[in-house]
Amino acid sequence: MTCFSTPLAGYLLVAALLFAIGLAGALTRRNAILVLIGIELMLNAANLNLIAFWRFGPHPEMLTGLMFALFSIAVAAAEAAVGLGLVIQIHRHLKTTDLDQISRMKG
Amino acid sequence: MSIAFVVLALLTLAGAMAAVTLRNLVHCALALAVAFAGLALLFLQLDAQFVGFTQILVYVGAVAILVVFAILLTRGADDGKAGTVFSRTWLAGLGIAAAVFALLGWAVLRSVRGLAQAAGTPAVTVENIGQALMSRYVLPLEIVALLLTAALVGAVIVAMYEKEGAR
Amino acid sequence: MIEKADQIFVLLLHWLVGFLPEAWQHVASVVVCVAVIVAVYPALFAVAVLMERKGLGRMQNRYGPNRVGPFGVLQPVADGIKSLTKEDIVPRNADAAVHFIAPLVLVVAVFMGLAVLPMGRNMVLVEMDASLLFFFAMGASTELSVFMAGWSSRNKYSLLGAMRAVAQMISYEVPLLLSTVGVVMITGSLSLVDIVDAQTRYSWGLAHWNVFKPWGLAGFVMFVIASMAETNRSPFDLPEGESEIIAGYFTEYSGFKFALFFLGEYVGMFSIAGLGTTLFLGGWSSPLAALSWIPSWIWFFAKVELWICFFIWVRGTLPRLRQDQLMNFAWKFLLPMTLVNLLVAAEWRFVEGVWLRWIVGMAIVAGAYVLMGRVGMRRERLGPRSYRYAE
Repeated sequence: MTCFSTPLAGYLLVAALLFAIGLAGALTRRNAILVLIGIELMLNAANLNLIAFWRFGPHPEMLTGLMFALFSIAVAAAEAAVGLGLVIQIHRHLKTTDLDQISRMKG
Repeated sequence: MSIAFVVLALLTLAGAMAAVTLRNLVHCALALAVAFAGLALLFLQLDAQFVGFTQILVYVGAVAILVVFAILLTRGADDGKAGTVFSRTWLAGLGIAAAVFALLGWAVLRSVRGLAQAAGTPAVTVENIGQALMSRYVLPLEIVALLLTAALVGAVIVAMYEKEGAR
Repeated sequence: MIEKADQIFVLLLHWLVGFLPEAWQHVASVVVCVAVIVAVYPALFAVAVLMERKGLGRMQNRYGPNRVGPFGVLQPVADGIKSLTKEDIVPRNADAAVHFIAPLVLVVAVFMGLAVLPMGRNMVLVEMDASLLFFFAMGASTELSVFMAGWSSRNKYSLLGAMRAVAQMISYEVPLLLSTVGVVMITGSLSLVDIVDAQTRYSWGLAHWNVFKPWGLAGFVMFVIASMAETNRSPFDLPEGESEIIAGYFTEYSGFKFALFFLGEYVGMFSIAGLGTTLFLGGWSSPLAALSWIPSWIWFFAKVELWICFFIWVRGTLPRLRQDQLMNFAWKFLLPMTLVNLLVAAEWRFVEGVWLRWIVGMAIVAGAYVLMGRVGMRRERLGPRSYRYAE
């Protein structure tokens, strides 16, 4: 288990896998909400990276990674609210949330 | 490599996996909440108490609920229909995701020698975070406040608009 | 002697774990504390249910339960036996796994919140830096369990109740959180232990409780209102309004799972009452310096019980709100008022002069109340109803 010789590598690998899962979800699912779920997972993977680098980095007292994660959580919350509002509006307009059917630019 | 880390990582990854593969949308949202909770526990394990609790408060308490609400409000269009839940281009998507993971994993494993060993436990109190937010990071804080206000107003306007005659 | 009575449970714990080897003591003391919390609060729950049924009965000019035991005091025991022996019915179409998990998530989250409440001097299970944030994080997790219960039952009343409950809890969580921020601003700490310590000072024999200050009083009133909504108590009991949607999200629960929901609701009430006591009413401290000889834990539980009595009184007095009134009240009145209250807290911190800051603080609170409560809520025209999501 050389890849897990340092704890940081374990966290980074988990974050990478989480990011890949989120990306796969966002790229392969048809439902718009599921795509948003995938994006949230990717953002969370980035947060895990930030926290891990903060924890094992040379200057944890500078709080840089921690602050970045906090701001990223706030931005992700805003993104989720606006994104889901858009999905609801699209559903009201086109009666579907299937991304394969919502491919035209004209409403 | 502690047992706690393995358990939490498996929980998080299983939740994430279920969130993107399950057929029932509400089950997806609940699995997402599990993944978020697992991540929060991972943050706690990394001594980031404040971020961990914020993660639970924001993600499990708000984002998961928002997702659930959106699912219930957009129901009736395409659930219960037979057929695949995956997009027509799912193979390409999966390929891209696998490639990205391979690249990231390769980068991590290649640089594993240079990665830092665990330093001592950082003694970070909530007070430190508050001081930093109000001094060094005050500009980002204000920008985030502005962004959140704009997002609040924007989300309300986007979701409030109705077609003529719908009232 | 007074010191001994005050610390009796702490001393008892030390004596108890003293029998074990050094390495085990820490784990053992945590286990014992958890066991005590898990035993004490359900007991309080039984007392509160009896009190509620008797008190409501008196308020409605009837006796309430009076058959089991003397004056009906054994009624909770009978209720418990009944709910344990009842058949556990799961609807055929229900999502069995989610239906099963929902009450467990609720009870676990609610009990986790109790871990950070200081229930007496040196009587707190987990002393951490961000305990207030932890409490709210656990409180937020209960929303998901309510939704799980309502959705998995596959019953329209359950789903309606769950949607109502979640919308209400999300809306009132914002003012609930913001009303506590004033306390955090003045105390300079998110730790509940520090917040209580800051309030156990006395001048002229009177305690420095937060409720005795303009921002504290306004925050306290808003906290009480928001906490009633957060625990789905009357007059905010739309999620389980029995005349409209049977029992809301736990319509399809029976037997032990129903008892778990009931327990979770009441323990949630205790925990939020405990939090309000800690933040505004000085936690385990006594109101008068002359009464400090009474053990701290008696003060804490007395205040919590008083708070529960107030909830019961309100339930017996006020009618249920309408959904639009509920939402308007949260977003148009409570939320701006809590934001104004932050301003008052800042003013309290920075204005010099004891009398000046009192006058300015009271003036801002009263002005905002008149502006938003009296003027803002008056101009409300009732138009034809629109059924937005039920076409």
